[in-house]
Amino acid sequence: MRDIKTSIQDFGWPRIIIFIFLIVLFILAPIVGVRLDASISDVLNRFGQYAILVLALVPMIQSGCGLNFGLALGIVAGLLGSTLSLQFEWRGFMGFFGAIALSLPFSIIFGYIYGKLLNKVKGEEMTIGMYVGLSFVMIMCIMWLVLPYSNPQMVWGFAGKGLRTTISTEGYWFKILNNFLAVKIGQFFVFPTGLLLFVAICCYLVWLFMRSRTGTAMTAVGSNPDFARASGVNADKMRTISVIMSTFLGAVGIIVYEQSFGFIQLYTAPNPMVFPAIAAILIGGASVNKASMVNVVIGTFLFQGLLTMTPSVINSILQTDMSEVIRMIVSNGIILYALTRKAKVTK
Amino acid sequence: MGQTGPLLSLKNISKDFYGNVVLQNVGFDLHEGEILGLVGENGAGKTTLMSILFGMPVIAETGGFTGTIELNGQEMHFASPFDALDAGLGMVHQEFSLIPGFTTTENIVLNRESMKPSILNDAFGDRMSTLDRPEMKTRAVGAIKKLGVKLDPDMLVSEMPVGHKQFTEIAREISRKNTKILILDEPTAVLTESEALILLDSLKKLAREGVGIIFISHRLREVAQIADQIVVLRDGVAVKNVPAAGVTIKDIASWMVGRSISGEAGPREESRALEEEIFSVEHLWVDMPGESVRDVGFSVNKGEIFGIGGLAGQGKLGIPNGIMGLYPAGGTVHLEGKEISLNNPAAALKAGMSFVSEDRRGVGLLLDESLEWNIAFTAIQIHGQYLKPVLGGLFTQRDSKAMEGLCKEYIQLLDIKCTGTKQKAKELSGGNQQKICLAKAFAMKPNVLFVSEPTRGIDVGAKKLVIDTLKKYNREYGTTIIMISSELEELRSICDRIAIIDEGKIAGILPPSADVAEFGILMAGATDSPSKTKRQSAAEEAPRA
Ligand SMILES: Nc1ncnc2c1ncn2[C@@H]1O[C@H](COP(=O)(O)OP(=O)(O)OP(=O)(O)O)[C@@H](O)[C@H]1O
Ligand SMILES: [Mg+2]
Repeated sequence: MRDIKTSIQDFGWPRIIIFIFLIVLFILAPIVGVRLDASISDVLNRFGQYAILVLALVPMIQSGCGLNFGLALGIVAGLLGSTLSLQFEWRGFMGFFGAIALSLPFSIIFGYIYGKLLNKVKGEEMTIGMYVGLSFVMIMCIMWLVLPYSNPQMVWGFAGKGLRTTISTEGYWFKILNNFLAVKIGQFFVFPTGLLLFVAICCYLVWLFMRSRTGTAMTAVGSNPDFARASGVNADKMRTISVIMSTFLGAVGIIVYEQSFGFIQLYTAPNPMVFPAIAAILIGGASVNKASMVNVVIGTFLFQGLLTMTPSVINSILQTDMSEVIRMIVSNGIILYALTRKAKVTK
Repeated sequence: MGQTGPLLSLKNISKDFYGNVVLQNVGFDLHEGEILGLVGENGAGKTTLMSILFGMPVIAETGGFTGTIELNGQEMHFASPFDALDAGLGMVHQEFSLIPGFTTTENIVLNRESMKPSILNDAFGDRMSTLDRPEMKTRAVGAIKKLGVKLDPDMLVSEMPVGHKQFTEIAREISRKNTKILILDEPTAVLTESEALILLDSLKKLAREGVGIIFISHRLREVAQIADQIVVLRDGVAVKNVPAAGVTIKDIASWMVGRSISGEAGPREESRALEEEIFSVEHLWVDMPGESVRDVGFSVNKGEIFGIGGLAGQGKLGIPNGIMGLYPAGGTVHLEGKEISLNNPAAALKAGMSFVSEDRRGVGLLLDESLEWNIAFTAIQIHGQYLKPVLGGLFTQRDSKAMEGLCKEYIQLLDIKCTGTKQKAKELSGGNQQKICLAKAFAMKPNVLFVSEPTRGIDVGAKKLVIDTLKKYNREYGTTIIMISSELEELRSICDRIAIIDEGKIAGILPPSADVAEFGILMAGATDSPSKTKRQSAAEEAPRA
């Protein structure tokens, strides 16, 4: 009896309520004429698309830097990697992994500078991070225009230079993970084996890292920096490492997203990717200074599940097409809710 | 007390933390002007009982409690500490609750600042009043005077020595006009004996003015000295509730543990011949706020227990903190002939030194992590222990099994009261947290161990255990121990030599067999009489050469 009670408490009421709501939507779907198999396929797909961006938040939360509102930096690193990969006309797995490899040096440079900066503004990481992200995206808006890319698929046709706002990955590495070992059942259901496998491997690697000596030190820095320092740990270095990791995972996350979505979106597109990731991990039960793989998986699933199911079910009920509007309302509603319930820190 | 009823009465208070029962049908009365001494072993439930009484949020968060609290015969339900404050209760917590960036004055009158109405009041209400700083200061100074101590009303809390912090906190509670009941949870733990005496005097004065006081302490002598009534908690049950008259310290101690014990520390050691020097310090200075060290030099022999004493604020705490790299320091330190680089905690730990900090919640513990983590962490980081190779030695992972084993070993060795190795450090009682800090240092298997205030907040039984454990490590493993303590008696019971620090320098080194008066003279400055405190003497007389 007590065990049930405590496990419910551990799981948390908000998550249970959202979970029940999601199940209700799944039950309602066939009744109002939405195909269940297509919906489930859709949810799995979106889960895989976003999961690594959510995972990218874990290292910085653990090291006490809080929620990475500057995740856009990682996304930009990923954009640089993927555009370069296209520029070199790398295709298939070579193109996909090449994009990740090319984004690594950018992630390290951006993450290192961003981390140094955050070490100077302890306690204000989240606000500063958001401004750093926003202003960096603005600078990149200029860079995308002036960088000497030349692949005709990518640059504006009439001018012959300057990158387009959206670039298709079709013909390079479109759905390279999604289609890998994918299982197709019937006309509407596809199980994106490769995508989910890749997400699982990333989660496993981060989990392994968190259990290593450095990962343990990182967690301790987040828990009590003075304790960590007294134990011979260089707290600032650990924080910088966590920022670099978060930035690189953000880069990987956006590349995974692009291969599934089909487009590389440049200019201001990184900005609206950040808040949903943060909302997802909070919904998943993470706090500002503690997050686990379970939080990532549950949070992404609940958030993307709601985002997929609510518009299609409501659309069918009302017989209109307002899916974008409803999606915006649901998404921002959850973000707002998640941000109000962040944080419970022991001092 | 006679005709009027009790001021406060607790009835049938019970409380469990997720099934772990920590209080069982506890009840007692407190009358006007009475001082009630509440004693019990570490983890007996004293702090929990006071948290219930004061409406602390942890209680509601962990499932509430059963039983009733009556104030002047009326049943009370405190939803938060603010309700308790309004009802006339004041509490000094076991752990500090001051705001570091504020001054003494600001902390004392916090939330009850004197306001000067300004023009903006009419438009915007009370919020726009400006602070009446001179008036605030007068009130703070009044409260400080009532306590009978010397505190600088303009000093920042973050720069104060611990003793001053404690007095600031007490001044805050007594400066409230309507305080009828004052709860003090181990207020003297961080004070030196002379400071504690000042506090006890002012408590007696308050009681004479009609305030009811609940006084928790592990220093049984103090309890016997000032309490009118003594309540003993043992494993969450009130086993005794007796008038203090005629009760001896020994009685209290045996009620606490449920068997008769010797109480005081064992016989003094006879002097040992220890020759080989292992550790030396020359011209050490440390910039630690409130405890700065100016110029200290001493050397310690292999296998020795070296004591460092002195009044609060004179710099005794700065010595280990500086050597271990926690505060900026300079000078030369040698361990086994090798020079240790300062300002580098990792180097100090790697060289084979280890430190139990006096600030257990600040630097001693990872409150939000498990006991396993707390004990094994330093050994993982410095020695690479409790890790296991994975993927054919490609890299290493935490070895949970080994960490659990280590933790279990120390739980048993130090008799730590907890529900398991996975329990979070913040859920332990204060004394048991202290034992975790010791376990962390022992797990490093150091050659030289610094322990700072190792028995602060520990009950009599556990105190003996800690002292015996230190002794055991010293005798069996040859660990050299440097022990810093405010309790002279404790130092004298275990140390081979004792250095007294005064104004950031060593005033003298004495054998433990030296007369108490000799120590007193060193502590108070050589030309001063031992009964005076340092601060008074510094103000009255020119510093000695
Ligand atoms: N938040 C909590 N969650 C779970 N258990 C708790 C919590 N707080 C206290 N306990 C447990 O309650 C028991 C009583 O603790 P309490 O702090 O009241 O002891 P205490 O008498 O004040 O001891 P000490 O003298 O060491 O301060 C302990 O066994 C402790 O582990
Ligand atoms: Mg306590």
